[in-house]
Amino acid sequence: MLYREAGQFKASYQADQAIFPVAQDRLVMLALLIVAFLVVPFVTSEYVYRAVLIPTVILSLAAIGLNVLMGYCGQVSLGSGAFMGVGAYAAYNLGVHLPFLNPFVCILLSGFVAAAVGLVFGIPSLRIKGFYLAVATLAAQFFGDWAFLRIKWITNYTPSGSVNAPPLQILGWDLSSPTANYLVSLIFTVVLALGVKNIVRGHIGRQWMAIRDMDIAAEIIGVRPMYAKLTAFAVSSFLIGVAGALWAFVYLGSWEPAAFDINRSFQLMFMVIIGGLGSILGSVLGAIFIIVIPIFLNQALPPLGALVGWRISTATVSHFEAMIFGALIVFFLVVEPHGLARLWSIAKEKLRLWPFPH
Amino acid sequence: MGFFLEVLIGGLLAGVLYSLVALGFVLIFKASGVFNFAQGAMVLTAGLALVRALDVFEQWHWPFGLALLSAFVFAAVIMAIIAWMVERLVLRKLVNQEDIILFMATIGITFFLEGLAQTLFGADVYPLNVGLPKDPIFLLESLFDGGILVNELDIWAAVAAGLLVAGLALFFQRTRIGRALRAVADDHAAAQSVGIPLNQIWFIVWLVAGLVALVAGAVWGSKLGVQFSLSLLALKALPVLILGGFTSVPGAIIGGLIIGAGEKLAEVFLGPSMGGGIEIWFAYVVALLFLLFRPQGLFGERIIERV
Repeated sequence: MLYREAGQFKASYQADQAIFPVAQDRLVMLALLIVAFLVVPFVTSEYVYRAVLIPTVILSLAAIGLNVLMGYCGQVSLGSGAFMGVGAYAAYNLGVHLPFLNPFVCILLSGFVAAAVGLVFGIPSLRIKGFYLAVATLAAQFFGDWAFLRIKWITNYTPSGSVNAPPLQILGWDLSSPTANYLVSLIFTVVLALGVKNIVRGHIGRQWMAIRDMDIAAEIIGVRPMYAKLTAFAVSSFLIGVAGALWAFVYLGSWEPAAFDINRSFQLMFMVIIGGLGSILGSVLGAIFIIVIPIFLNQALPPLGALVGWRISTATVSHFEAMIFGALIVFFLVVEPHGLARLWSIAKEKLRLWPFPH
Repeated sequence: MGFFLEVLIGGLLAGVLYSLVALGFVLIFKASGVFNFAQGAMVLTAGLALVRALDVFEQWHWPFGLALLSAFVFAAVIMAIIAWMVERLVLRKLVNQEDIILFMATIGITFFLEGLAQTLFGADVYPLNVGLPKDPIFLLESLFDGGILVNELDIWAAVAAGLLVAGLALFFQRTRIGRALRAVADDHAAAQSVGIPLNQIWFIVWLVAGLVALVAGAVWGSKLGVQFSLSLLALKALPVLILGGFTSVPGAIIGGLIIGAGEKLAEVFLGPSMGGGIEIWFAYVVALLFLLFRPQGLFGERIIERV
């Protein structure tokens, strides 16, 4: 009834190739953006900002980056945590050595550094794929862990190994309040997500998908595997690097190498897989799911335990969390291996017919 | 020279322990094409079950031999239940899905097992004593000044690994089930069409991998104490797999030896000039370089998806 595209005629190629060809999609998207930008800042508390909103927004960006590589180009990567770290430390070093640069310029530039590093670690993908590539990208992860800890100039010779972000401001505006942090991350994520959406619709995106679906066939129709794969690595690392710099500058403020360890890589991979491979919307849904579930479990378990007269210690809560989290992941994979994005499109299909059966 | 040999032997013996973990990966990958990330968590679960059961039985004043045997049986039963549940609740529902989905599912299983094992059996560091001697011994004292220091426990671990591999080889080559396993590894569809029940085979494979995890858990546990870090062994075993090939049992052993020795030698002789701690990535970089020249690993099957 509500979601019906009958009568929406497209009179030009431009209209036909729009990002959201259906009017209702456009409206929903617009409404979401308005809520995110204009309503949310007035109704949320600082706790919700720090615990849910800011991490979700920033990690959505990282998940979109990983999705470019895994979902669109089909190259498995377990090194995304390290690429986030590269972005964070690159932004830090730019800020330290070029103090006249605005922190946000540093964040953007750090994406290019991460892209360069990503290119280097993308080279093995020209020879290998699948799990062998996953293990090869793990090399990037462990090398990154080690480098952030042991190579002293990366942390500017701070004795503790922990570094601080410069204060966030633009033209004298102080942007250190949670609301400003949230809005800044949201602007980065929305703008870059829009960019990615356009890239994957264009010729590079189609080349990536051709490589993903069958590399030999892609090569035969004239896709250069080297160019396609390395651009995917570069674009993906750029996004992940920017997300890492945001994570460090905007969310953490001061951080240690452990912020970008292998668990971060797994977290991002969960987001991409649970959300849906090859879907921008899916990355965001996955990020929301992966961030909200542990918080929910953390809050809900002790009262539930008290209900049956069992006092749960914090250690047990964290073990239960791991169990339920693992079980949920398996459950989601069994129910819908193509992720939340697929559930969303099934829902749209149903809505298109509703309330009539055919 | 004596010091070099000491480091080398220490590395080789550590490598044997890596191969114990890598073996579990190889078994499951061979038979079902699943890259089982949960092997580390299985080592942790088996180790915890073993050590906790042993504690309880000793409190009941059972003779040590009987207590040890019962604890092993108890841990084996736990691993069997896990294998059954994995087959029933996960693998059976995910037949014909892409490899990456199955891989993610095993990461889910990893989280689940880590949580479950620590909820059931506790999350402390438990010292494990399975009756293996732990004294350091000195070899070749006549040849070098002071001899070569070797831990007796490591040697027993190497013996256990050797026995395990021999046993597995016999099992795969000489028994009916072993032949069925090899058939499934070769071609799922063909195996099913000649009447091999895939579901049973997968259960058996996960069970065998669970038993290998039990041995690994017992050996690592008596070396370091049973603790959460056993779960991270999975990450140590990955470069071993790359080096040895995903489908080769002897490859897992040789790969483990090379990685173990290379890692220790690099740490001791290259590490100081690079700031130390290079152990964590050295194995991966070796594996990566190796991949560039021989993508199927040392003993892997040549059928590999090349780009």
